[in-house]
Amino acid sequence: MVIEKIAEKYSLNKINTSDEIPSFYCERGKFISLFNELKDEFEILLDITAVDFLGRRNERFDLVYLLLSLKNKTRLRIKVKIKEGEKLPSLSKLWKNANWLEREVYDMFGIEFEGHPDLRRILLYPEFEGHPLRKDYPLKKSHPRLPLLRPERE
Amino acid sequence: METMLLNIGPSHPAMHGTIQIKVELDGERVIKADVEIGYLHRGFEKTAENRSYMQVLPYTDRLNYVSPLLNNLAYAMAVEKLLGIDVPPRAKWLRMIFGEISRITDHLTCIAPIGMELGAFTVFLYMIKAREFLWDVLDATTGARLTTSYIRIGGVKADVPDNFEELLKKALVEVRKAVKDVHGLLSKNPIFLKRTRDIAVVTQAEALSYGFTGPVLRSTGYYYDVRKAFPYLYYNEVDFEVPLGERGDNYDRFMVRMQEIEQSVRIIEQAFKKIEKGPVKSEDEVVEAYEAIKASHRGKYLDKKLELNPNLEGMEKEIYDQIMAKVPQYILPPKEDLYRTIEGMIRHFKLIMSGHGLRPPEGEVYVPVEGGNGELGFYIVSDGSDRPYRLHLRAPVFSIMSALGKMIEGHYVADVIPTFASINMIGGELDR
Repeated sequence: MVIEKIAEKYSLNKINTSDEIPSFYCERGKFISLFNELKDEFEILLDITAVDFLGRRNERFDLVYLLLSLKNKTRLRIKVKIKEGEKLPSLSKLWKNANWLEREVYDMFGIEFEGHPDLRRILLYPEFEGHPLRKDYPLKKSHPRLPLLRPERE
Repeated sequence: METMLLNIGPSHPAMHGTIQIKVELDGERVIKADVEIGYLHRGFEKTAENRSYMQVLPYTDRLNYVSPLLNNLAYAMAVEKLLGIDVPPRAKWLRMIFGEISRITDHLTCIAPIGMELGAFTVFLYMIKAREFLWDVLDATTGARLTTSYIRIGGVKADVPDNFEELLKKALVEVRKAVKDVHGLLSKNPIFLKRTRDIAVVTQAEALSYGFTGPVLRSTGYYYDVRKAFPYLYYNEVDFEVPLGERGDNYDRFMVRMQEIEQSVRIIEQAFKKIEKGPVKSEDEVVEAYEAIKASHRGKYLDKKLELNPNLEGMEKEIYDQIMAKVPQYILPPKEDLYRTIEGMIRHFKLIMSGHGLRPPEGEVYVPVEGGNGELGFYIVSDGSDRPYRLHLRAPVFSIMSALGKMIEGHYVADVIPTFASINMIGGELDR
């Protein structure tokens, strides 16, 4: 199988999950070369998301990439551990929808991506402070009402 | 060249759903389009992290609110996979029937505005009328038209009512009639063809790169359907086809959805045959709940069947095993047990109380189903507590919307709205 071959080549660590999707941890250094190779096999980038492990372990975030290959009829999950403030290369050159998916991760977790063409908030407004899906963001925090923007008249 | 910047939305009469499209115009042609989303962001994922597994279920109704049962299904299946529950066959067939009904309502809701946006208001009325009959079926079974929460963790809420067959047959006849009428009105209509053929074409390579799934991907001719590629429930036992388009334009997206409605009707008919013979209910004498309580005050135990609240019909104790998995530690006890025995009461409270409840083992799970718009999946990370540590929805519309700006570039302003309608954006699912 393709996945085993790639996993061996990049010495990925297998993770046990509750579903049948093969899952691996990838090191940050090998990240971009791994995904360049995966691009040939996996046509669709299904999802990018992150998990915040605040206070549970040393590296704060897990970035979770979910890929789908219809050639091989399989999904693949690649996870990358990153510390707060660390950056990952953007995949928006490989899969076009990575553009929005990475913007969402940036919006919700404050994780930045290197080489992203347009990294700004997507679901929340630009004046919003904080990143709501971080575990240290309070559930009921409220934000001040913004002043109305007056259109400039000539 | 002088260009004009035009804001369409977020509150615009032609926009169904709050979304802003900033278009740069040269005359009437769109040169550049920027799509701004997030106007319906409600923090679903953050809320879910602070609710118990059972409490999250009603929130999932509000994601894609034209096919709420498919969201229920994806969520319930994800939690069941974490817990390792297997659902009884009758519940699976019921899930299939109602899943397909939801898919039809989703497609009807998508096709109706396409016609309306091009001035064919009759189409809108035909489709919405057909949808009403389907919602009657949902109403009779689930007790709600929209926010159903019918598919529960471990099974379904209730069995179908006695007049189900009648309602379903009527609804299917109406749906077929509406589809036939709309085919007659639009499919070969020269005005409709001129307005939709070769508008907003997406090539197959682009569609894959943008992560399209569902009818929008299939309209480009790419064969991928979760129901066929990774069968769940009993989709490998029923006979249905996956309609494909050719060019990936607005017309193909419309056509694929129309044909999918017919296939869904086929699936419903086949699945209905499997559940036609319902469980036999005993004809014993029933007593009202208050009589049983009165008797208990006098220290007596009335050993009779309890008259259930009409809202609870279909979840009687004698058929509970057939619609819910037999894992007492994870599913709520039948209502007869809850109100009449202390063990049932304890079991119920153990599952409802905060800090107890469903506590799946540590792990992570991603379970996809074929939603109305494509692959709809829940990614849940459990840390062994009664709340999901992280819950993420893979919304099919999100990836499709990221291509909207590209799709409308080079077309007229008047084509923006039909294109937008053809991808069936649902704000609840997109913005979460």
